[in-house]
Amino acid sequence: MARNAAAPDPRGGPRKREDEKEPLRGVRGKATEATPGTLDRLIHERMRLGIVSALAANESLTFNELKGLLQTTDGNLSVHARKLEDAGYISCTKSFEGRMPKTAYALTVAGRKAFERYLDHMEALIRAARDA
Amino acid sequence: MATVRPLRPPPPIERDPALSDRALDNLRFIRETMERAGTFTAISGWGIAAVGLVAMAAALVARGRPTVAWRVETWVTTAAVCIALSLGATARKARRSDLSMVSGPAQKLALAFSPAMVVGALLTAALLRIGANDLLPGVWLLLYGTAVVAGGAFSVRIIPVMGLCFMVLGAAALFAPPVAGEWLMVAGFGVLHVLFGIQIARRHGG
Repeated sequence: MARNAAAPDPRGGPRKREDEKEPLRGVRGKATEATPGTLDRLIHERMRLGIVSALAANESLTFNELKGLLQTTDGNLSVHARKLEDAGYISCTKSFEGRMPKTAYALTVAGRKAFERYLDHMEALIRAARDA
Repeated sequence: MATVRPLRPPPPIERDPALSDRALDNLRFIRETMERAGTFTAISGWGIAAVGLVAMAAALVARGRPTVAWRVETWVTTAAVCIALSLGATARKARRSDLSMVSGPAQKLALAFSPAMVVGALLTAALLRIGANDLLPGVWLLLYGTAVVAGGAFSVRIIPVMGLCFMVLGAAALFAPPVAGEWLMVAGFGVLHVLFGIQIARRHGG
């Protein structure tokens, strides 16, 4: 199972700190669905949330387009994109444009569902605070 | 690999104002990222093609007008009609595609498109005042092309290509004999609009 996919974090602390402590590594297998009331930590991280949001607004984006859009480095983007790819949230297509390699990313059905669940979760948090 | 099930039931949604602020911040971040990433794809190809047909009809009408002032008036009126026509067609396509006409990409497109058009209007008045009417086709084609290239940066990729074609025709019109100006206007505002409009409609859903 994906170590950090949809795993509830009882402390509710930001995932980024954990990522900083441990080296980032690929996550094997498909992400499990977040249960209601739990946060999908895989998407919650800012860079990965940016990647998924950008891909939700486009059929596909190239590595360079994403890099420019999210104002990040090659290394950072590729690590986070790999995590999403390994979890089955995005797909990656490598091709050549002339002699230049081109990497394009697209949101998968599982990724879009996870993104929608995440949006629902955020809206539920806001509603809960308003109703309190 | 075995599936790990949580030992405890999932916690209920917390009623924490700070959590709600973070959720709002996350939603804001998502919206802004999506707006930046999105391009305005609701430009209506059929609307552009219709603009081309109207421009061709206007060229015929303008040729029949006895004075330069009346010809210019015909083209200016046509421009106003075409702007309304293409805005209407784009609004219709946006509604159909569930896109907003005031989204970030749409606003950027409008902001990038407008300056060259305003300059075109001012230059038209100035050139008419000094009687440099022969320059009008070149100036109109060039500045319209510039506006389309600038605005097209926030839309589908074919739009800036269309703008470049207008700029090429405009450059030709500036240095061509005056009699060629009207034909280049027909080639640009008429034929280019029809050809690119059909392409946009085919490739981008209307």
